[in-house]
Amino acid sequence: METFLIGLIAATLRVATPLIFGTLGELFSERAGVLNLGIEGTMFLGAFVGFSVASLSGSLWLGFFAAVLAGMLSGVLMSLLTVRLGVNQHVSGLGITLLWTGISLFGFRLIFGEPSIPPSIDPFKALTPFGQTPVLGPIFEQHILTYVSLLLIPLVWWVIRRTRFGLDIRAVGENPEAADAAGLDVYRIRTLALMIGGGLMAAGGAFLSLAQLGAFTYGIIAGRGWVCIALIIFANWEAAGVLWGALIFGGVASLQLRLQTMGFKLPYELFLALPYLVTILALMIAGRNVSAPASLLKAYRRE
Amino acid sequence: MLKKLFAPLAILVVLSLIFTACAPAATPTPTQESGPKKLKVFGAFATPIEEPWDGVIHQALLKAKDAGKIEYNYTENIGYSGDMERVLREVAEQQKPDLIMGDAFGNEEAVRRVAADFPQIAFAFGSGFGPTEPNVAVFDNWIHEPAYLLGMLAGGLTKSNKIGVVGGYPVPEVNRIVNAFIQGAKFVNPDAQVMVTFINSWFDPAQAKEAALAQIDGGADVLFAERFGVIEAAAEKGLWTFGNMSDQNSLAPDLVVSSAVWNMDPTVEYLIKQVEAGTFTAQDLKDFSMMGKGGASLAPFHGTESKLPADLVAKVNARMIEIKKGVFRVDIDEAAPQAVN
Repeated sequence: METFLIGLIAATLRVATPLIFGTLGELFSERAGVLNLGIEGTMFLGAFVGFSVASLSGSLWLGFFAAVLAGMLSGVLMSLLTVRLGVNQHVSGLGITLLWTGISLFGFRLIFGEPSIPPSIDPFKALTPFGQTPVLGPIFEQHILTYVSLLLIPLVWWVIRRTRFGLDIRAVGENPEAADAAGLDVYRIRTLALMIGGGLMAAGGAFLSLAQLGAFTYGIIAGRGWVCIALIIFANWEAAGVLWGALIFGGVASLQLRLQTMGFKLPYELFLALPYLVTILALMIAGRNVSAPASLLKAYRRE
Repeated sequence: MLKKLFAPLAILVVLSLIFTACAPAATPTPTQESGPKKLKVFGAFATPIEEPWDGVIHQALLKAKDAGKIEYNYTENIGYSGDMERVLREVAEQQKPDLIMGDAFGNEEAVRRVAADFPQIAFAFGSGFGPTEPNVAVFDNWIHEPAYLLGMLAGGLTKSNKIGVVGGYPVPEVNRIVNAFIQGAKFVNPDAQVMVTFINSWFDPAQAKEAALAQIDGGADVLFAERFGVIEAAAEKGLWTFGNMSDQNSLAPDLVVSSAVWNMDPTVEYLIKQVEAGTFTAQDLKDFSMMGKGGASLAPFHGTESKLPADLVAKVNARMIEIKKGVFRVDIDEAAPQAVN
């Protein structure tokens, strides 16, 4: 029982990490009024750039920061389309996801050829702040990026809720006309928010290729970006909610894998559906009081 | 003025990027060589060729091409939403290949519809169904025999008597591999308990790794990686592990004991001969993907052998010879395995 719980908690934190990065990225985008469906592709791009740069340079951190940079550029592209040109946000986002998926696979082939086994690197080693202490030792044996993602939660809360920049982001996401009238540069603020968001999404992807696996493969994101799109609603666009949402989803996902190994005579599909069922349930409960940023999905044109 | 021009231009640039990214990757140009006319072969794959299943077919065709036996073009990532029929028709009409190979999973009807309209072209497709007269031959990965041998090794190596298997979906192709693995493990070690977890995806290595870590928490000390991601978990915990589909030793050279390997060379060789001789028929090419004809094999031990019990290796080798000779048959059981066996 003890190993079961310890393993479950440790796994929950691992599974939640890319979701926290991705959902915080979506939080910045949507708080500024832009739904970024490019998240799935941006995470894929992050996983690809992170792995490629780390593999070629031999430095995991260089790979990670290159991934973040690539994600920020993806945010610039999204801003060009939806903020500057006012293109429909759904179409632009899905287009960006297709674009990065295609370009990443193409780039992967240019660099690594067509190996029958995916190339691999030594991933980030997990930190062991509590050493071999029972209980705490194994629970907190986590990657540094997991700790970073957890520290980002209060940081993002503080930026969005307590800084001038956060106020500006919320202003352009709620009422861009009023923000503009008050002298804010709506285009600039939305672009910055999309850049920060893109960088965070790519960091989530890079966690998978640089820490979780040490490899990049086709299908590595496997829909985690879309999970983030649901989590941001559950989180009611608040940083603390992102943490709870990611932990609930990660927790149930890890739990179902453990239940499968215990030999209950239930169809395995039931276990697989659990995380999604719980997410829907949580959305139903939390979703009654959600208030999306008022100008989400609306392009702003200066008169 | 410039600003007005900029907007449509930017859209154009982005759209063109998107379309180039979506388009199937360029096919290699056929080699222009004089001499006797080479067989024209076309590959039609639903997934990118990085996907291991389609990759095995592609690698065998590339090998035949490099050996100068065939002209080879291919299209990949065709998907499962209706493009397979269009691609096959275009290829059949314009390139007129002698033989089209690929995977029909998810496109079974489409492949057979096109084949019926082009009886002069031989179609050989990976398929869960049977051959269709007059010109659709089928094959599949029949690697249950090496999987059985891996099971024997796993049964002999486990100390905790708990073995973990992580699979994609419980479909017949996966079930028969997993069931054969369980059989092999039980044959050597009747007390061994085999846990089987399905991740409901063909490609989600992060999830596969988590599934394997959950099995390790549950006591498993030997892991069979039906999918990618499991070997990474074994490497992290320093446990014996086995690969699937291709020799995956390079992922963790000290820990991957062996892999169940599928090799399409015998199937491709046989098809080339049949089509060239004009004797191609719609048939099930199953035998060419099994150990007897070299279509399935146990990957080399790559130096892990010295760390294995000698009597276990001897037992496995003896069984392997029996399988190759045809005097021992590994049962083909395609029913979904239990979660714990």
